Amino acid sequence: MKRSQLVAISILAVLLVAALVSGAARADSHARQFRDLPEARPSSAFPLGTDDLGRDRLSRLLFATGISLVLAPAAAVLATVLAALVGGMAGYFGRWWDKCTVRVIDLMLSLPWLFLLLAARALLPLNAPPVASLAMTYGLLAVLGWAGPARVVRAGTLRLRQSAFVLQATAEGCGALRILWRHVIPNLKPLLLAQFWTTIPVFILAEANLGLLGLSASEPFPTWGNLLRELQNPFSVRLESFAPLAVVMLSVACFKLATPSQERYT
Amino acid sequence: MKRLLVLIAMVGLALPGVRAGQVATELHFCLHSEPKTFDPLLVDDVNSETIRYLTGGVLIRIDRKTQQLTPELAASWEVDRAGRRIAFHLRPNLKFSDGTPFSAEDVAYTMKRLMDPETHSPTADPFRSSDAPAQITVSGTLTVSILFGAPVSGLERLFDQVAITSARSPLKTAAVLGPYSVAEYKPGAEVLLSRNPNYWKVDVQGVRLPYIDRIRLEIQRNRDIELVRFRRGELDLISSLDADTFDDLAKVAPRSVFDAGASLESEMMWFNQAPSAPLPAYKLAWFQSTAFRRAVSEAINRADICRIVYRGRARPAEGPISPANRFWFNAALKPHAYDVASSRRRLESDGFRIRNGRLYDREGHPVEFSVVTNAGNHNRERIASMLQQDLEAIGIRLNVVTLDFPSLIERITKTFDYESCLLGLTNFDLDPSAQMNVWLSSAANHQWNPSQKQPATAWEAEIDKLVRAQAGETRAEVRKRYFDRVQQIVWEQAPFLYLVTKDSLTGISPEVQNSSPVAMTPQAFWNIEFLRKQVPPAGSR
Repeated sequence: MKRSQLVAISILAVLLVAALVSGAARADSHARQFRDLPEARPSSAFPLGTDDLGRDRLSRLLFATGISLVLAPAAAVLATVLAALVGGMAGYFGRWWDKCTVRVIDLMLSLPWLFLLLAARALLPLNAPPVASLAMTYGLLAVLGWAGPARVVRAGTLRLRQSAFVLQATAEGCGALRILWRHVIPNLKPLLLAQFWTTIPVFILAEANLGLLGLSASEPFPTWGNLLRELQNPFSVRLESFAPLAVVMLSVACFKLATPSQERYT
Repeated sequence: MKRLLVLIAMVGLALPGVRAGQVATELHFCLHSEPKTFDPLLVDDVNSETIRYLTGGVLIRIDRKTQQLTPELAASWEVDRAGRRIAFHLRPNLKFSDGTPFSAEDVAYTMKRLMDPETHSPTADPFRSSDAPAQITVSGTLTVSILFGAPVSGLERLFDQVAITSARSPLKTAAVLGPYSVAEYKPGAEVLLSRNPNYWKVDVQGVRLPYIDRIRLEIQRNRDIELVRFRRGELDLISSLDADTFDDLAKVAPRSVFDAGASLESEMMWFNQAPSAPLPAYKLAWFQSTAFRRAVSEAINRADICRIVYRGRARPAEGPISPANRFWFNAALKPHAYDVASSRRRLESDGFRIRNGRLYDREGHPVEFSVVTNAGNHNRERIASMLQQDLEAIGIRLNVVTLDFPSLIERITKTFDYESCLLGLTNFDLDPSAQMNVWLSSAANHQWNPSQKQPATAWEAEIDKLVRAQAGETRAEVRKRYFDRVQQIVWEQAPFLYLVTKDSLTGISPEVQNSSPVAMTPQAFWNIEFLRKQVPPAGSR
């Protein structure tokens, strides 16, 4: 592992631990409104001040960080597994299966994501608790976000299918599923890993977009997206309001740095 | 010497303080989308309404400041005791903007066109008290009377919306009697209005109004860009500011912001009581219980919402009529008091119990419901968040759901798949007859339980009776008595939980003189003909 990857993963780990410790110390600190202290300046009690409802900005930022650092990778795992299944089978079995899959991937990639997400979100049950609505939002991102990685996986599988070791295994009478499971997928691991890491920042930014539109987690849950909304009014923005932006940028940069090189595969 | 005089004359024209009229003055402000029509009889959107207000001449105008009727094209009028006939006596020697003389024939032509079902005029709807056609009689050039098939409540006030068009002008609806006429329209960009040279009003010195020569209405959908341009001094007026923006502007330009007090806009919440709603029976029972609704209302700290969300530029709401509506507001009503102890008592009296900080109904169901509101409305999202904390104090778990607007409307008007809703209400019309479509239990906009075949409750039946009675009554004081009772019932039964009445906040450039913002639309330019604009020194912008 390169030093830059190590540093990036360490930073992400520190952020995650800080978020989890903060959450464990006081579960409702992100939601509690100190109504006598709206928009308070940073102080020892509130190191990043309070928001317009008097909620502790630091607690909310750490809570949002925890959410994104847990749920975005979880959604990325789901998207990568779907991509591996769909892309792997298309690449390996070829013929009509491949043709159909390619069309479905093209269709998925041509869909207007945001509108699809809006429509899908409008169908969610109204009484879902905030944590469930957030999980469903990330779940939707995963279900809608597998197509890009699937195309890459398919291309990789196509190449592997024509490799010498697969030809040899076929010649020795190995079944298709065994070849796929024992030979193809293990060789796709670096590719899948790269897809996993590159998908995380995509999902983080997609959630941030939804949050900016007010369509991410429901109140009182903070997410990076809805915390960034404080920056929408350029005339009233304060220095401490940039903290979520800094953390989002830092995290996305760390995920990008942590993405393993695909050189081993290519 | 001759050259020097020419030079002095040229410099004089460019300098401030030269006599008004020598340098053309232009007022700039924004429309927030394309006006759908320039035909004053077909107006049904805010932007077309703005054009109509600035260009249309009306027989009677509601003075936006006093909220009283003032004679305009009609020097006087009479309404018969039955409220069916109105007779106008017109001002003599008036002309349309193109010079065509104005007469009673134009009023008759306008009214015939207005009432013609083929015109599909939204302005005509309140006049349609019966299926019988209106009979219009012209007597001479300056008297016209209109007889309607049945009494029309608040008849004379409705003429505030009827801009008179010419029966004879070749320009048709483009010939106007208001202070301005449309000079140029660039779709998607701007509407330029120029001063009507034949406008009939003069000031006390006998100077013909309006003072400002042109109005440039830029079509700008983005409120942030509008605000930036106002701050730069490129726009002169900005209406309906939110409290955050108002405070930001007040910090940098305190002379350019105006809080005109309570507006006609309020925020409210209601529970879905429709029996056809896909809700569990026990939840429907909560929502149909007056005690439950009143308990929720009493647990809401409206003062905090005003102070925090609206920065003090709002006030706890009493009911459906804002105090800004001076005549119709029921001054005997006070906002539901914030009283958690009383709220708990009400709930207990209705069979609810609080155990370990959670509220349970008599069957043991934990009380939890969702409130839907439109995504992107930061103030509503903040209110919802405050409601969450307030209701937690009486053991209720509130789930806030923000939806895109079409999805929200679909749920509250078609599928009824929601539990409670938080939205705003704007009354453009002062007269309560305009709210008939909300209060009648048979109405589709009777939001908590729409389109009822029979009133579901005794109090809804009483409201039906009262709003019908006031609509058929012409004596204002009797109508007021009826509608005061409606407000009282709504206060007692709380089908809508009125939360706050927002202040009317506007921004007006210090260069604009004689401005006097009000609660009614158009807040900032209701007295457009009297507004003056100081010509800024050359290069000051």
